[in-house]
Amino acid sequence: MKQMTGAEMIVEALKDQGVDTIFGYPGGAVLPIYDALFHQNFVRHVLVRHEQGAAHAAEGYARSTGKVGVLLVTSGPGATNAVTGLTDALLDSIPLVCITGQVPTHLIGSDAFQECDTVGITRSCTKHNYLVKKIEDLPRILHEAFYVAANGRPGPVVIDIPKDVQFALGKYVNPRGLQHKTYQPKVKGDLDRIKEAVAMMAAAKKPVFYTGGGIINSGPAAAHLLRELVRLTGFPITSTLMGLGAYPAPDPQWLGMLGMHGSYEANNAMHDCDLMIAIGARFDDRITGRLDAFSPGSKKIHIDIDPSSINKNVKVDLPIVGDCAHVLEDMVRLWRTDALRADKAALDAWWAQIEQWRARKSFSYKKSASTIKPQYAVERLYELTKNRKTFITTEVGQHQMWAAQHFHFAEPNRWMTSGGLGTMGYGLPAAIGVQMAHPDALVIDIAGEASIQMCIQEMSTAMQYRLPVKIFILNNEYMGMVRQWQELLHGGRYSESYSHSLPDFVRLAEAYGAHGIRCSDPADLDRAIQEMIDSPKPVIFDCLVDKAENCLPMIPSGKAHNDMILPDTDEDIGSVIDDKGKMLV
Amino acid sequence: MNAPAPASPPSPYSSAMGKSAMESHTLSVLVDNEPGVLARVVGLFSARGYNIESLTVAEVAHGEHLSRITIVTTGTPEIIEQISHQLDRIVPIHRVTDLTLRGRSIQRELAMVKVRGKGENRVEAMRLAEAFRARVIDATTESFVFELTGRPDKIDDFVELMRPLGLVDVARTGVAAISRGPEAL
Repeated sequence: MKQMTGAEMIVEALKDQGVDTIFGYPGGAVLPIYDALFHQNFVRHVLVRHEQGAAHAAEGYARSTGKVGVLLVTSGPGATNAVTGLTDALLDSIPLVCITGQVPTHLIGSDAFQECDTVGITRSCTKHNYLVKKIEDLPRILHEAFYVAANGRPGPVVIDIPKDVQFALGKYVNPRGLQHKTYQPKVKGDLDRIKEAVAMMAAAKKPVFYTGGGIINSGPAAAHLLRELVRLTGFPITSTLMGLGAYPAPDPQWLGMLGMHGSYEANNAMHDCDLMIAIGARFDDRITGRLDAFSPGSKKIHIDIDPSSINKNVKVDLPIVGDCAHVLEDMVRLWRTDALRADKAALDAWWAQIEQWRARKSFSYKKSASTIKPQYAVERLYELTKNRKTFITTEVGQHQMWAAQHFHFAEPNRWMTSGGLGTMGYGLPAAIGVQMAHPDALVIDIAGEASIQMCIQEMSTAMQYRLPVKIFILNNEYMGMVRQWQELLHGGRYSESYSHSLPDFVRLAEAYGAHGIRCSDPADLDRAIQEMIDSPKPVIFDCLVDKAENCLPMIPSGKAHNDMILPDTDEDIGSVIDDKGKMLV
Repeated sequence: MNAPAPASPPSPYSSAMGKSAMESHTLSVLVDNEPGVLARVVGLFSARGYNIESLTVAEVAHGEHLSRITIVTTGTPEIIEQISHQLDRIVPIHRVTDLTLRGRSIQRELAMVKVRGKGENRVEAMRLAEAFRARVIDATTESFVFELTGRPDKIDDFVELMRPLGLVDVARTGVAAISRGPEAL
């Protein structure tokens, strides 16, 4: 086999791993890799404007395709700027490979220019990381990194490559036949336990499926099998923020998202159920609310590929470690072959109860003819885009929750949001990553006027690569979720949460060469949204919405699932959280 | 090395688990001896607020570059289970064994204890050292260094006895542990 440089090996490995697009930013310590990229046409490089953007773009690419997202950044500030995106990917289990340049090996530890302890800094925000000290190790580590990122519970992997290793000559090895010596996650679930699970399901009187991002990560087959199982059993289903789209939202068995801003019917079903079937969800604090009052009367089945997710926050009765798709396949098969039937009479009564909760219409809001309600804006956006191939990304805050409540996803991989870490600035670069993977799709970043400013520089990237992403800003001139919590917890003292000195977003769009639209009239909203959809360019849509609207319903901090604030209660919103709840986030 | 045990949680979010009593467990962790693996293990404990009572590490198979890390930790059974799973997720870790759960394990620690004194104290220190089967590995006219191997509580006892007799310094290796019987870990 011919000798090649470390930099050439990196490009060769990307090809062998089927990577056609990477996101990055050059610098001194990665120049040899950029030179190797210059000499080939297979891997397309997208130049971002900030390394955080590269990480989020790679996340958007990964989340919308199911492939591993790849970013390439330089040493020092390049690596540290990527840290937020890596942490985001760790919390949401997004497979990433991040290649960082490093100062040459003989300078490591000398506080050289643009040196930082990248493996030290990223150790706790990656699934795994490597410092490549010898060219002989490079091919194996490159392939291992893709394997570790994509298998088991997915996550980000950093490969820190000193500049001398990029120049060094060595023998490239392709990934065929490569086997990892320690990391072999279990994908098949224990069949006896799965049998026990379906027996529990057949005996349940008040069951609920509680699904999460693990279904999306497991791939389209998992979503397909989930749909089959839900329909076979007739059970209600809810999902976390990360799991939206795995089950089609327009379906009557769908209860809507659960959790802090989830639907009344989903949260009450979780609280009152006698059997909870958790699949690829991790009992996060946004989901459970008060733990000692969490679903007190239920048996819990928990299917997860990560054994450390089981019994972490909530003790479960029947854990099944395995990949969602594999376990769901066994469940569907067993349900069919054993000709199991749900308890029809009990299930009818359970559905009657659920319909009563549903009748509270917990996502409702007061309509207005004079101001655009943010919920209305998302509703109209959904209605006008639902018949297209539409991908939604979000920033973080009220707009994100309204998007989750009012945009109804029918397919997996269409919804990209920062769930675990809650990273403002995620949406625009993620949209760029999605649009790179799906050039013909409609990609919309539902944003807030505060969040969008955290990675606004990526407008320039969108322009350079002619990516017609649409930024739909619900502009209420506040960091809305901060403002809402200050109203709830701090006597309405809006300390530093007003979005002062906002740019003129229409002129900002024009300054980038994009298209700007502003709308403040509900009667004009449909036309304006249509204008956005029809534009061939990136668009910044400045949607001026009600400034005081709160995101409801809400499980206040420290409260249980059946103790929600509903939109139509006249309760003084500032008085519902006790002192213990105030300490929570 | 010891992180303080977290105070009783103020948060209702963390009140459903962790009502059980605290237990001490010995975990035996087989790892690839590669740079940073100890940092990953120690970082996991500090990041998630777990306790480390004792930690030892050394390469046990030079050819395969395998090291064994022995960790003594305290927590509720739920936390101990979580620690095992979290450790198992670390990529270069081959195997995590909870020796306390398996039962029938042997724990040993080596200590070197320096005692300074003259006259009756010096004679008494020697006498106690014999009773504990400690060996003298360094001596001057006014000091001894004793070497002692045993279970951690035996070493604690010895150190306490030496205190009034002129205890100067103690160096301990931390616990190494292995299972009894013919089976491998």
